[in-house]
Amino acid sequence: MVEKLKQELAKRPDLLAIYKLIPHNARVLDLGCGNGIFLRLLKKEKDAKCLGLELDQESIIECIDNGVPVIHSDLDQGLKFVNNNSFDYVVLSETLQAVHRPDLLINEMLRVGKQGLISFINFGYLPSRIQLLLKGTMPETKTLPNPWYNTPNIHLATIIDFRNLCHMLGVKIVKEIPLGRGDHSFAKAMPNLFASTCVFVIARR
Amino acid sequence: MDSKIKDKNLVIPQDFLFGETEEDALPLDCGRKLSNVNIRYETYGELDATGSNAVLILHALSGNAHVSGYYSEDDHKPGWWHEMVGPGRPIDTDKYFVVCSNVIGGCSGSTGPRSLNMATGKLYNMDFPVITIADMVRAQFRLMKHLKIEKWLSIIGGSMGGMQALEWATAYPEHVHSVIAIACTARLSPQGIAFDWVGREAIMTDINWQNGEYYEKVPENGLSTARMLAHITYLSDESMSRKFGRGLQEKDQYSFDFSRNFAVESYLQYQGARFVERFDANSYLYITRAMDYFDVSERAGGNLSAAFAGVKSSFLVVSFTSDWLFPSAQSREIVSALVNNDIEVSFCEIESSYGHDAFLLEIDTLGKMVADFIRNRHQEWKHGRKT
Repeated sequence: MVEKLKQELAKRPDLLAIYKLIPHNARVLDLGCGNGIFLRLLKKEKDAKCLGLELDQESIIECIDNGVPVIHSDLDQGLKFVNNNSFDYVVLSETLQAVHRPDLLINEMLRVGKQGLISFINFGYLPSRIQLLLKGTMPETKTLPNPWYNTPNIHLATIIDFRNLCHMLGVKIVKEIPLGRGDHSFAKAMPNLFASTCVFVIARR
Repeated sequence: MDSKIKDKNLVIPQDFLFGETEEDALPLDCGRKLSNVNIRYETYGELDATGSNAVLILHALSGNAHVSGYYSEDDHKPGWWHEMVGPGRPIDTDKYFVVCSNVIGGCSGSTGPRSLNMATGKLYNMDFPVITIADMVRAQFRLMKHLKIEKWLSIIGGSMGGMQALEWATAYPEHVHSVIAIACTARLSPQGIAFDWVGREAIMTDINWQNGEYYEKVPENGLSTARMLAHITYLSDESMSRKFGRGLQEKDQYSFDFSRNFAVESYLQYQGARFVERFDANSYLYITRAMDYFDVSERAGGNLSAAFAGVKSSFLVVSFTSDWLFPSAQSREIVSALVNNDIEVSFCEIESSYGHDAFLLEIDTLGKMVADFIRNRHQEWKHGRKT
C-alpha cells in the first residue's frame, strides 16, 4: 500500500521533494491537503503527527477514509484556530497562487509552524513566457490549464517575485529546490527560466 | 438465528435497574440523589473478546433507546436511525456492539418525571429532580459498567446526543476512544435557550398541565405547540420552501378565516399531534432544561480549551450548512478548542439544505464519514497505536 501511495506521489515531484525534507516524528500541517494521501504516507512511513486543512467536501470525505485528520476550512480565513508554534512544518503545495492574500498566509504559516514548505508554479517558466511573448495571450500550460477568466490561480508569480515577497515580509529562505525537466539541471542553473515549479523552505528570521 | 428474524433485525428492549440502596443511588448535579433508577436500553451485535468494538449511540431530545431494527415481524416502524445502524449499514452491527439507552428524565422506559417515586408511592411529576446532561451521562456510565464494557470504541450523538458525547469525553476520558459529535454545541446558545423557554411556556400555561399533575387530560395543546415551534427550528427556509412552498392544503383558495390553509400549517399540526401520542409533557420540560444548563466549559470557568485539557479521545465533528439551531460556528468552536489541546480531530461542514434535521437525513454523506472514521479508530485500537 505504501508503494501505491509513493506511486501517486511520484506524479507530483514538488510533493516528493517536500516529503524528503520532512524528518521522522515531525508535526506536520498540510494546507489544502486534498485527499490526504500525502499525510497518510508521512504518517505511515515517518510517524508524523498530521493535520490537514481542506475546503472541498469530497476531499474531506477521502481524508477521513484515509485515516488522516482533516479540518474543513478556508485558507482565506486564516489559521486563527491553530496555536502559535504548534507544528514543525507547515506545507503549502501548489496552493499559494489560489489564495486571496498569499502574504498574510505566509505570515500565518510561520506563526503556527517553525518552517514553511511551499511549492508553487513558476510563472517565469520559459513556456509561459513564450506564450505571452509570441502569442500575446495569458499562458495555458500543463500546470496552469485554466483560461484567465475562470481559474483558481488568481495570484501567479515568478520565483523572483516570491523571493522579493519573502524579503519584504522579513522571512528567511532556508532552501530553494527548483524543479524542471529531466534531471532538473537547467532548472537549478536558471530557476526563474527553467523551473516549472519550485519548493521553498522558509522560516522566521 | 432465524434468517427471517435477521432480515428484519428484531430487537428486544432491556432494562437495567440500579440505585436501590442509598450508596448506589445516582448523585445529581442539583445536589439530590436519584434512587431506583431504570435505564431502558437496546443492544445490537456482539461484544468481541477484546472488548474493542463497543459503540454507544446517544439520542436527541425526542429520541429513545430504539435506534435501529424492529420489535416484531408486524412492526413497520424501524428505530430512529435505522438507515445508519444495522448489519452492513454505516454503524455496522456485524462488526460493532452497539448500545443505545433512553436518557434519564425521558419518557421511553428510563426513569423520568412520569415514573413512580418509590418513596412516596406516587408519580414524581414536578418532584422529579432537575437533571443535567452530565447526570444523563453519569447514568450511562453505570450502564457501561453493567454491560462490562471498559472503554467505548466510539461514542456517537447528534444534537443533544452530541452534547452527551462531549460530556462523556471530558468526564470519563479513560473510557472513550473516540467521539463523533454531530450538529451539536459545547454550550446551548441564548437562541436555543429562548426556544426552549417558549416551548415550556406553551406546556406550563396549558390548563391541563396542572402543575405537572395531569392524569386523564394531558396538556396536549401545550405539548403540540412546543413541538411545532421546535420543529420549525429543525428545518430551514430552503427545505420548507422546497417541501411546501406557499401551497394550500385542502382548498385551492384562501378560506378567509384562521383555520389551516397552507400545507406548512397542516404539516406542523400533524407533527404536533403525532408527538403528543409518543412524548410526555413533563419529560419535555426536564429534558429541555437539561439542554439549557449544558455548558461543557463550565467545569473550567467557561474556558472551553481548558475544559478539554484532559480529553483522550480522537474526534469527528460534523455540522451542516443550513443548521441555524446549532450553526457550524458552534462546531468550529469545539474543533478549535480540541486543536488547542493537540487532540486529533476531523471536522466537516456538510453541504445540506435540511437544517438541523440533516443529521437524521444526510445518511449517504454522513454515513460514509462515520463508517470510515470508526473503521480507522478500530484499526488503531487493535494495532495498539493511537495516532
